[in-house]
Amino acid sequence: MEFLGEVAAWLTDPANWSGRDAIPVRVTEHVALSAVSLSAGLAIALPVGLAIGHTGRWAGAVVAISNVGRAVPSVGVLGIAFVLTLPLVAATGLRGIGVPAALIALTLLAIPPIVLNAHVGIRNVDPELVEAARGMGMTERQVLRRVELPIALPVVMAGVRTAALQVIATATLGAVISAGGLGQYIVVGFALQDIPRMFSGALLVAALALLSDGLFALAQRASVSSGLRAAGMAETPAASFGV
Amino acid sequence: MTDEAPFLRLDWVLDNLDMLAQRTWEHVVLTLIAVGVGVFIAFPLTLLIHRRRRLIGPVLGVAGVLYTIPSLALFALLIPITGAFGLLTPEIGLVSYTLLILLRNGLAGLDGVEPDIIEAASGLGHTRMQRLWQVELPLAAPVLIAGIRIATVTTIGLVAVTALIGQGGLGFVIIVEGIRRSFTTAILVGVVLSIALAVMADRSLVLAERAVTPWARARAGMG
Repeated sequence: MEFLGEVAAWLTDPANWSGRDAIPVRVTEHVALSAVSLSAGLAIALPVGLAIGHTGRWAGAVVAISNVGRAVPSVGVLGIAFVLTLPLVAATGLRGIGVPAALIALTLLAIPPIVLNAHVGIRNVDPELVEAARGMGMTERQVLRRVELPIALPVVMAGVRTAALQVIATATLGAVISAGGLGQYIVVGFALQDIPRMFSGALLVAALALLSDGLFALAQRASVSSGLRAAGMAETPAASFGV
Repeated sequence: MTDEAPFLRLDWVLDNLDMLAQRTWEHVVLTLIAVGVGVFIAFPLTLLIHRRRRLIGPVLGVAGVLYTIPSLALFALLIPITGAFGLLTPEIGLVSYTLLILLRNGLAGLDGVEPDIIEAASGLGHTRMQRLWQVELPLAAPVLIAGIRIATVTTIGLVAVTALIGQGGLGFVIIVEGIRRSFTTAILVGVVLSIALAVMADRSLVLAERAVTPWARARAGMG
Protein backbone atom coordinates (compact mmCIF):
# COMPACT_ATOMS: atom_id res chain seq x y z
CA MET A 1 0.00 0.00 0.00
CA GLU A 2 2.90 2.27 0.80
CA PHE A 3 4.17 1.69 -2.73
CA LEU A 4 0.84 2.65 -4.31
CA GLY A 5 1.01 5.85 -2.26
CA GLU A 6 4.40 6.59 -3.84
CA VAL A 7 2.92 5.95 -7.29
CA ALA A 8 0.00 8.28 -6.56
CA ALA A 9 2.46 10.88 -5.28
CA TRP A 10 4.53 10.61 -8.47
CA LEU A 11 1.47 10.89 -10.70
CA THR A 12 0.23 14.01 -8.89
CA ASP A 13 3.60 15.70 -8.34
CA PRO A 14 3.42 19.09 -10.11
CA ALA A 15 7.04 18.56 -11.22
CA ASN A 16 5.80 15.74 -13.46
CA TRP A 17 3.20 17.98 -15.06
CA SER A 18 5.53 20.65 -16.43
CA GLY A 19 8.63 20.88 -18.59
CA ARG A 20 9.93 18.62 -21.36
CA ASP A 21 9.31 15.39 -19.44
CA ALA A 22 5.76 16.27 -18.36
CA ILE A 23 3.05 13.62 -18.48
CA PRO A 24 0.91 15.53 -21.05
CA VAL A 25 3.99 15.93 -23.28
CA ARG A 26 4.81 12.21 -23.15
CA VAL A 27 1.16 11.23 -23.75
CA THR A 28 1.00 13.58 -26.75
CA GLU A 29 4.26 12.21 -28.15
CA HIS A 30 3.03 8.65 -27.76
CA VAL A 31 -0.35 9.33 -29.36
CA ALA A 32 1.20 11.40 -32.17
CA LEU A 33 3.82 8.77 -33.03
CA SER A 34 1.15 6.07 -33.05
CA ALA A 35 -1.49 8.03 -34.98
CA VAL A 36 0.87 9.22 -37.71
CA SER A 37 2.36 5.75 -38.21
CA LEU A 38 -1.00 4.00 -38.18
CA SER A 39 -2.38 6.45 -40.75
CA ALA A 40 0.66 6.04 -42.99
CA GLY A 41 0.47 2.27 -42.62
CA LEU A 42 -3.23 2.32 -43.46
CA ALA A 43 -2.66 4.47 -46.55
CA ILE A 44 -0.13 1.96 -47.86
CA ALA A 45 -1.63 -1.32 -46.67
CA LEU A 46 -5.33 -0.87 -47.37
CA PRO A 47 -5.16 -0.44 -51.17
CA VAL A 48 -2.63 -3.26 -51.40
CA GLY A 49 -4.71 -5.62 -49.25
CA LEU A 50 -7.95 -4.84 -51.10
CA ALA A 51 -6.30 -5.32 -54.49
CA ILE A 52 -4.80 -8.65 -53.42
CA GLY A 53 -8.11 -9.80 -51.97
CA HIS A 54 -10.01 -8.82 -55.10
CA THR A 55 -7.62 -10.28 -57.66
CA GLY A 56 -6.23 -13.16 -55.60
CA ARG A 57 -2.75 -12.36 -56.94
CA TRP A 58 0.23 -12.51 -54.53
CA ALA A 59 -2.02 -13.99 -51.83
CA GLY A 60 0.49 -16.69 -50.86
CA ALA A 61 3.26 -14.16 -50.47
CA VAL A 62 1.10 -11.97 -48.22
CA VAL A 63 0.28 -14.83 -45.87
CA ALA A 64 3.91 -15.95 -45.76
CA ILE A 65 5.21 -12.43 -45.09
CA SER A 66 2.74 -11.73 -42.31
CA ASN A 67 3.60 -15.05 -40.64
CA VAL A 68 7.31 -14.26 -40.70
CA GLY A 69 6.44 -10.71 -39.64
CA ARG A 70 5.10 -12.05 -36.36
CA ALA A 71 8.55 -13.46 -35.61
CA VAL A 72 10.46 -10.22 -36.23
CA PRO A 73 11.36 -8.58 -32.91
CA SER A 74 9.84 -5.10 -33.16
CA VAL A 75 12.70 -3.61 -31.18
CA GLY A 76 15.01 -4.92 -33.93
CA VAL A 77 13.00 -3.06 -36.58
CA LEU A 78 13.30 0.10 -34.47
CA GLY A 79 17.04 -0.50 -34.11
CA ILE A 80 17.66 -1.00 -37.82
CA ALA A 81 15.63 2.10 -38.71
CA PHE A 82 17.58 3.98 -36.03
CA VAL A 83 21.09 3.16 -37.29
CA LEU A 84 20.05 3.76 -40.89
CA THR A 85 18.56 7.22 -40.21
CA LEU A 86 21.18 8.24 -37.64
CA PRO A 87 23.69 9.91 -40.01
CA LEU A 88 20.93 11.92 -41.72
CA VAL A 89 19.20 12.98 -38.53
CA ALA A 90 22.45 13.81 -36.74
CA ALA A 91 23.34 16.16 -39.61
CA THR A 92 20.13 18.16 -39.12
CA GLY A 93 20.86 18.55 -35.41
CA LEU A 94 17.17 18.21 -34.55
CA ARG A 95 15.96 17.19 -31.11
CA GLY A 96 14.27 13.80 -30.74
CA ILE A 97 16.93 11.93 -32.66
CA GLY A 98 14.92 8.68 -32.83
CA VAL A 99 11.63 10.14 -34.05
CA PRO A 100 12.06 9.61 -37.83
CA ALA A 101 13.30 6.07 -37.20
CA ALA A 102 10.34 5.35 -34.92
CA LEU A 103 7.88 6.65 -37.53
CA ILE A 104 9.42 4.45 -40.23
CA ALA A 105 9.54 1.35 -38.01
CA LEU A 106 6.01 1.77 -36.64
CA THR A 107 4.61 2.31 -40.14
CA LEU A 108 6.29 -0.88 -41.36
CA LEU A 109 4.91 -2.82 -38.39
CA ALA A 110 1.37 -1.53 -39.00
CA ILE A 111 1.30 -2.82 -42.58
CA PRO A 112 1.17 -6.67 -42.32
CA PRO A 113 -1.96 -7.07 -40.17
CA ILE A 114 -3.91 -4.57 -42.30
CA VAL A 115 -2.89 -6.18 -45.62
CA LEU A 116 -3.62 -9.66 -44.28
CA ASN A 117 -7.08 -8.84 -42.92
CA ALA A 118 -8.10 -6.78 -45.96
CA HIS A 119 -7.11 -9.71 -48.16
CA VAL A 120 -8.85 -12.33 -45.98
CA GLY A 121 -11.97 -10.17 -45.57
CA ILE A 122 -12.41 -9.71 -49.32
CA ARG A 123 -11.54 -13.37 -50.06
CA ASN A 124 -14.26 -14.55 -47.69
CA VAL A 125 -17.05 -12.65 -49.43
CA ASP A 126 -19.48 -15.15 -50.95
CA PRO A 127 -18.40 -15.55 -54.62
CA GLU A 128 -22.06 -15.79 -55.66
CA LEU A 129 -22.65 -12.25 -54.42
CA VAL A 130 -19.67 -11.04 -56.45
CA GLU A 131 -20.98 -12.89 -59.54
CA ALA A 132 -24.43 -11.37 -59.01
CA ALA A 133 -22.91 -7.90 -58.80
CA ARG A 134 -20.99 -8.49 -62.02
CA GLY A 135 -24.17 -9.82 -63.61
CA MET A 136 -25.90 -6.56 -62.71
CA GLY A 137 -23.30 -4.81 -64.82
CA MET A 138 -21.06 -3.40 -62.09
CA THR A 139 -17.47 -2.67 -63.02
CA GLU A 140 -14.70 -4.38 -61.01
CA ARG A 141 -14.16 -1.17 -59.06
CA GLN A 142 -17.84 -0.95 -58.20
CA VAL A 143 -17.90 -4.60 -57.15
CA LEU A 144 -15.05 -3.92 -54.77
CA ARG A 145 -16.41 -0.66 -53.36
CA ARG A 146 -20.11 -1.42 -53.17
CA VAL A 147 -20.24 -5.16 -52.48
CA GLU A 148 -16.98 -6.65 -51.27
CA LEU A 149 -15.74 -3.81 -49.04
CA PRO A 150 -18.97 -3.28 -47.04
CA ILE A 151 -19.21 -6.99 -46.35
CA ALA A 152 -15.52 -7.32 -45.48
CA LEU A 153 -15.35 -4.13 -43.40
CA PRO A 154 -15.53 -5.73 -39.91
CA VAL A 155 -12.63 -8.05 -40.80
CA VAL A 156 -10.68 -5.12 -42.25
CA MET A 157 -11.33 -3.15 -39.06
CA ALA A 158 -10.09 -6.08 -36.98
CA GLY A 159 -6.80 -5.80 -38.88
CA VAL A 160 -6.59 -2.07 -38.17
CA ARG A 161 -7.27 -2.81 -34.50
CA THR A 162 -4.42 -5.35 -34.37
CA ALA A 163 -2.12 -2.89 -36.11
CA ALA A 164 -3.04 -0.12 -33.66
CA LEU A 165 -2.20 -2.36 -30.71
CA GLN A 166 1.12 -3.31 -32.27
CA VAL A 167 1.97 0.33 -33.00
CA ILE A 168 1.13 1.57 -29.48
CA ALA A 169 3.13 -1.27 -27.91
CA THR A 170 6.14 -0.63 -30.13
CA ALA A 171 5.93 3.14 -29.61
CA THR A 172 6.61 2.30 -25.95
CA LEU A 173 9.90 0.74 -27.07
CA GLY A 174 10.69 3.97 -28.95
CA ALA A 175 12.24 5.20 -25.70
CA VAL A 176 15.17 2.88 -26.42
CA ILE A 177 16.06 5.03 -29.45
CA SER A 178 15.15 8.36 -27.77
CA ALA A 179 11.92 8.79 -29.69
CA GLY A 180 10.02 10.05 -26.62
CA GLY A 181 6.63 8.74 -25.60
CA LEU A 182 5.53 7.10 -22.37
CA GLY A 183 8.16 4.36 -22.62
CA GLN A 184 10.65 7.03 -21.55
CA TYR A 185 9.34 6.81 -17.97
CA ILE A 186 9.68 3.02 -17.97
CA VAL A 187 13.16 2.82 -19.47
CA VAL A 188 14.59 5.73 -17.45
CA GLY A 189 12.74 4.62 -14.31
CA PHE A 190 14.20 1.13 -14.59
CA ALA A 191 17.70 2.46 -15.28
CA LEU A 192 17.58 4.77 -12.23
CA GLN A 193 15.67 2.17 -10.18
CA ASP A 194 13.03 4.89 -9.69
CA ILE A 195 10.26 2.33 -9.34
CA PRO A 196 7.30 4.73 -8.85
CA ARG A 197 8.27 6.51 -12.10
CA MET A 198 8.60 3.21 -13.97
CA PHE A 199 5.31 1.87 -12.59
CA SER A 200 3.41 5.10 -13.32
CA GLY A 201 4.68 5.08 -16.90
CA ALA A 202 3.54 1.48 -17.27
CA LEU A 203 0.09 2.34 -15.89
CA LEU A 204 -0.24 5.18 -18.40
CA VAL A 205 0.84 2.93 -21.30
CA ALA A 206 -1.57 0.18 -20.24
CA ALA A 207 -4.41 2.70 -19.92
CA LEU A 208 -3.66 4.14 -23.36
CA ALA A 209 -3.54 0.69 -24.99
CA LEU A 210 -6.76 -0.51 -23.35
CA LEU A 211 -8.56 2.73 -24.19
CA SER A 212 -7.48 2.64 -27.82
CA ASP A 213 -8.32 -1.05 -28.16
CA GLY A 214 -11.76 -0.40 -26.67
CA LEU A 215 -12.40 2.40 -29.17
CA PHE A 216 -11.32 0.21 -32.08
CA ALA A 217 -13.56 -2.59 -30.79
CA LEU A 218 -16.52 -0.19 -30.90
CA ALA A 219 -15.55 0.97 -34.39
CA GLN A 220 -15.30 -2.65 -35.48
CA ARG A 221 -18.79 -3.35 -34.19
CA ALA A 222 -20.16 -0.20 -35.85
CA SER A 223 -18.55 -1.18 -39.15
CA VAL A 224 -21.03 -3.98 -39.81
CA SER A 225 -23.10 -2.70 -42.70
CA SER A 226 -26.65 -1.81 -41.64
CA GLY A 227 -28.12 -3.87 -44.47
CA LEU A 228 -26.29 -6.99 -43.26
CA ARG A 229 -27.25 -6.37 -39.67
CA ALA A 230 -30.92 -6.11 -40.58
CA ALA A 231 -30.71 -9.34 -42.58
CA GLY A 232 -29.00 -11.08 -39.67
CA MET A 233 -26.08 -11.90 -41.93
CA ALA A 234 -23.45 -10.11 -39.87
CA GLU A 235 -20.45 -12.35 -39.60
CA THR A 236 -18.73 -12.60 -36.24
CA PRO A 237 -15.02 -11.98 -36.69
CA ALA A 238 -12.77 -15.04 -36.67
CA ALA A 239 -12.67 -16.59 -33.22
CA SER A 240 -9.28 -18.21 -33.50
CA PHE A 241 -5.78 -17.21 -34.54
CA GLY A 242 -5.07 -18.67 -37.98
CA VAL A 243 -1.69 -19.70 -39.29
CA MET B 1 32.88 3.17 -33.46
CA THR B 2 30.42 3.30 -36.32
CA ASP B 3 31.84 6.14 -38.37
CA GLU B 4 34.40 4.11 -40.25
CA ALA B 5 32.94 0.68 -39.61
CA PRO B 6 31.39 -1.22 -42.52
CA PHE B 7 27.69 -2.01 -42.38
CA LEU B 8 28.18 -5.66 -41.51
CA ARG B 9 31.30 -6.73 -39.68
CA LEU B 10 31.77 -10.45 -40.06
CA ASP B 11 34.92 -10.35 -37.94
CA TRP B 12 32.75 -9.24 -34.99
CA VAL B 13 30.37 -12.15 -35.60
CA LEU B 14 33.28 -14.64 -35.73
CA ASP B 15 34.87 -13.16 -32.61
CA ASN B 16 31.60 -13.43 -30.69
CA LEU B 17 30.28 -16.83 -31.73
CA ASP B 18 30.32 -18.11 -28.13
CA MET B 19 28.38 -15.12 -26.86
CA LEU B 20 25.86 -15.41 -29.72
CA ALA B 21 25.37 -19.12 -29.08
CA GLN B 22 24.82 -18.45 -25.39
CA ARG B 23 22.28 -15.66 -26.05
CA THR B 24 20.47 -17.82 -28.60
CA TRP B 25 20.25 -20.64 -26.08
CA GLU B 26 18.93 -18.17 -23.47
CA HIS B 27 16.30 -17.10 -26.01
CA VAL B 28 15.27 -20.74 -26.56
CA VAL B 29 15.01 -21.40 -22.82
CA LEU B 30 12.94 -18.25 -22.16
CA THR B 31 10.60 -19.27 -25.00
CA LEU B 32 10.30 -22.94 -24.00
CA ILE B 33 9.44 -22.08 -20.39
CA ALA B 34 6.87 -19.49 -21.49
CA VAL B 35 5.09 -21.72 -24.01
CA GLY B 36 5.37 -24.78 -21.74
CA VAL B 37 3.82 -23.01 -18.77
CA GLY B 38 1.30 -21.34 -21.08
CA VAL B 39 0.10 -24.71 -22.39
CA PHE B 40 0.11 -26.15 -18.87
CA ILE B 41 -2.27 -23.36 -17.74
CA ALA B 42 -4.33 -22.99 -20.91
CA PHE B 43 -5.05 -26.69 -21.46
CA PRO B 44 -7.16 -27.34 -18.33
CA LEU B 45 -8.71 -23.86 -18.65
CA THR B 46 -9.76 -24.66 -22.22
CA LEU B 47 -11.41 -27.90 -21.14
CA LEU B 48 -13.15 -26.00 -18.34
CA ILE B 49 -14.58 -23.20 -20.49
CA HIS B 50 -15.49 -25.67 -23.23
CA ARG B 51 -17.68 -27.49 -20.69
CA ARG B 52 -18.90 -24.45 -18.71
CA ARG B 53 -19.80 -21.96 -21.45
CA ARG B 54 -20.70 -19.22 -18.94
CA LEU B 55 -16.99 -18.92 -18.09
CA ILE B 56 -15.90 -18.21 -21.68
CA GLY B 57 -16.61 -14.47 -21.44
CA PRO B 58 -14.78 -13.78 -18.15
CA VAL B 59 -11.78 -16.05 -18.91
CA LEU B 60 -11.22 -14.73 -22.44
CA GLY B 61 -11.86 -11.20 -21.12
CA VAL B 62 -9.03 -11.42 -18.59
CA ALA B 63 -6.69 -13.05 -21.14
CA GLY B 64 -7.64 -10.31 -23.62
CA VAL B 65 -6.73 -7.52 -21.20
CA LEU B 66 -3.35 -9.17 -20.49
CA TYR B 67 -2.79 -9.52 -24.24
CA THR B 68 -3.64 -5.85 -24.84
CA ILE B 69 -1.18 -4.40 -22.31
CA PRO B 70 2.10 -3.68 -24.16
CA SER B 71 4.88 -6.05 -23.08
CA LEU B 72 7.28 -3.48 -21.65
CA ALA B 73 4.46 -1.99 -19.56
CA LEU B 74 3.38 -5.41 -18.31
CA PHE B 75 6.94 -6.23 -17.23
CA ALA B 76 7.19 -2.86 -15.48
CA LEU B 77 3.87 -3.43 -13.70
CA LEU B 78 5.12 -6.81 -12.45
CA ILE B 79 8.52 -5.64 -11.16
CA PRO B 80 7.28 -4.20 -7.84
CA ILE B 81 5.57 -7.53 -7.14
CA THR B 82 7.96 -10.11 -8.55
CA GLY B 83 11.29 -8.27 -8.46
CA ALA B 84 13.56 -6.71 -11.05
CA PHE B 85 15.93 -9.64 -11.47
CA GLY B 86 15.64 -13.28 -12.37
CA LEU B 87 13.27 -15.12 -14.66
CA LEU B 88 10.01 -14.70 -12.77
CA THR B 89 9.00 -11.26 -14.08
CA PRO B 90 9.78 -11.89 -17.77
CA GLU B 91 8.22 -15.35 -17.68
CA ILE B 92 4.96 -14.20 -16.08
CA GLY B 93 4.72 -11.54 -18.76
CA LEU B 94 5.55 -13.91 -21.62
CA VAL B 95 3.13 -16.58 -20.35
CA SER B 96 0.36 -13.96 -20.17
CA TYR B 97 0.68 -13.30 -23.89
CA THR B 98 0.41 -16.98 -24.82
CA LEU B 99 -2.85 -17.44 -22.90
CA LEU B 100 -5.29 -15.61 -25.19
CA ILE B 101 -3.86 -17.32 -28.28
CA LEU B 102 -3.91 -20.80 -26.73
CA LEU B 103 -7.36 -20.42 -25.16
CA ARG B 104 -9.02 -19.06 -28.30
CA ASN B 105 -7.60 -21.75 -30.53
CA GLY B 106 -8.22 -24.45 -27.95
CA LEU B 107 -11.86 -23.49 -27.72
CA ALA B 108 -12.28 -23.14 -31.48
CA GLY B 109 -10.64 -26.55 -31.96
CA LEU B 110 -12.89 -28.36 -29.48
CA ASP B 111 -16.01 -26.51 -30.66
CA GLY B 112 -15.16 -27.53 -34.22
CA VAL B 113 -15.56 -31.25 -33.55
CA GLU B 114 -18.83 -32.36 -35.13
CA PRO B 115 -21.56 -33.25 -32.61
CA ASP B 116 -22.41 -36.39 -34.66
CA ILE B 117 -18.92 -37.75 -34.08
CA ILE B 118 -19.13 -37.11 -30.34
CA GLU B 119 -22.50 -38.83 -30.22
CA ALA B 120 -21.14 -41.78 -32.17
CA ALA B 121 -18.24 -42.08 -29.70
CA SER B 122 -20.66 -42.05 -26.78
CA GLY B 123 -22.79 -44.60 -28.57
CA LEU B 124 -19.75 -46.86 -28.84
CA GLY B 125 -19.55 -46.81 -25.05
CA HIS B 126 -16.71 -44.31 -24.63
CA THR B 127 -16.55 -42.67 -21.22
CA ARG B 128 -16.22 -38.92 -21.13
CA MET B 129 -12.45 -39.17 -20.61
CA GLN B 130 -11.99 -41.69 -23.42
CA ARG B 131 -14.06 -39.56 -25.72
CA LEU B 132 -11.96 -36.51 -24.89
CA TRP B 133 -8.56 -38.18 -25.37
CA GLN B 134 -9.40 -40.56 -28.21
CA VAL B 135 -11.86 -38.53 -30.26
CA GLU B 136 -12.15 -34.84 -29.44
CA LEU B 137 -8.51 -33.91 -28.84
CA PRO B 138 -7.13 -35.77 -31.88
CA LEU B 139 -9.75 -34.17 -34.13
CA ALA B 140 -9.09 -30.74 -32.65
CA ALA B 141 -5.32 -31.22 -32.88
CA PRO B 142 -4.68 -29.12 -36.03
CA VAL B 143 -6.34 -26.03 -34.52
CA LEU B 144 -4.75 -26.64 -31.09
CA ILE B 145 -1.31 -26.97 -32.66
CA ALA B 146 -1.93 -23.88 -34.79
CA GLY B 147 -2.42 -22.05 -31.48
CA ILE B 148 0.84 -23.41 -30.09
CA ARG B 149 2.64 -22.41 -33.30
CA ILE B 150 1.41 -18.83 -33.12
CA ALA B 151 2.09 -18.62 -29.38
CA THR B 152 5.64 -19.88 -29.93
CA VAL B 153 6.45 -17.54 -32.82
CA THR B 154 4.91 -14.57 -30.98
CA THR B 155 6.89 -15.38 -27.83
CA ILE B 156 10.17 -15.62 -29.77
CA GLY B 157 9.47 -12.10 -31.06
CA LEU B 158 8.59 -10.78 -27.59
CA VAL B 159 11.55 -12.26 -25.68
CA ALA B 160 13.77 -9.51 -27.11
CA VAL B 161 11.91 -6.89 -25.03
CA THR B 162 12.96 -8.63 -21.79
CA ALA B 163 16.49 -7.30 -22.47
CA LEU B 164 15.18 -4.01 -21.07
CA ILE B 165 14.60 -5.70 -17.71
CA GLY B 166 17.86 -7.60 -17.50
CA GLN B 167 17.09 -10.81 -19.47
CA GLY B 168 16.65 -10.82 -23.18
CA GLY B 169 18.42 -13.64 -25.02
CA LEU B 170 18.94 -12.23 -28.52
CA GLY B 171 17.26 -9.04 -27.36
CA PHE B 172 20.42 -8.40 -25.36
CA VAL B 173 22.42 -8.60 -28.59
CA ILE B 174 19.95 -6.28 -30.39
CA ILE B 175 19.54 -3.66 -27.65
CA VAL B 176 22.66 -3.68 -25.49
CA GLU B 177 25.29 -4.65 -28.07
CA GLY B 178 23.47 -3.05 -31.00
CA ILE B 179 21.20 -0.07 -30.38
CA ARG B 180 22.99 1.35 -27.32
CA ARG B 181 26.32 1.35 -29.23
CA SER B 182 24.76 2.19 -32.64
CA PHE B 183 26.37 -1.02 -33.87
CA THR B 184 24.42 -2.25 -36.91
CA THR B 185 26.02 -5.68 -37.10
CA ALA B 186 24.77 -6.74 -33.68
CA ILE B 187 21.21 -5.55 -34.42
CA LEU B 188 21.08 -7.42 -37.73
CA VAL B 189 22.60 -10.59 -36.31
CA GLY B 190 20.16 -10.55 -33.38
CA VAL B 191 17.15 -10.03 -35.66
CA VAL B 192 18.22 -12.69 -38.17
CA LEU B 193 18.92 -15.28 -35.47
CA SER B 194 15.59 -14.51 -33.82
CA ILE B 195 13.70 -15.00 -37.10
CA ALA B 196 15.65 -18.18 -37.81
CA LEU B 197 14.67 -19.55 -34.39
CA ALA B 198 11.01 -18.74 -35.07
CA VAL B 199 11.05 -20.43 -38.47
CA MET B 200 12.75 -23.55 -37.05
CA ALA B 201 10.32 -23.73 -34.14
CA ASP B 202 7.36 -23.33 -36.49
CA ARG B 203 8.62 -26.06 -38.86
CA SER B 204 9.20 -28.43 -35.92
CA LEU B 205 5.64 -27.91 -34.75
CA VAL B 206 4.32 -28.60 -38.26
CA LEU B 207 6.22 -31.91 -38.19
CA ALA B 208 4.79 -32.63 -34.75
CA GLU B 209 1.31 -31.96 -36.09
CA ARG B 210 1.84 -34.44 -38.95
CA ALA B 211 3.08 -37.02 -36.46
CA VAL B 212 -0.02 -36.77 -34.27
CA THR B 213 -2.54 -36.55 -37.14
CA PRO B 214 -1.48 -39.37 -39.50
CA TRP B 215 -5.02 -39.64 -40.89
CA ALA B 216 -4.81 -36.12 -42.36
CA ARG B 217 -2.02 -37.33 -44.65
CA ALA B 218 -3.84 -40.54 -45.51
CA ARG B 219 -6.90 -38.55 -46.49
CA ALA B 220 -4.88 -36.11 -48.56
CA GLY B 221 -3.31 -39.13 -50.29
CA MET B 222 -6.70 -40.58 -51.14
CA GLY B 223 -7.99 -37.28 -52.52
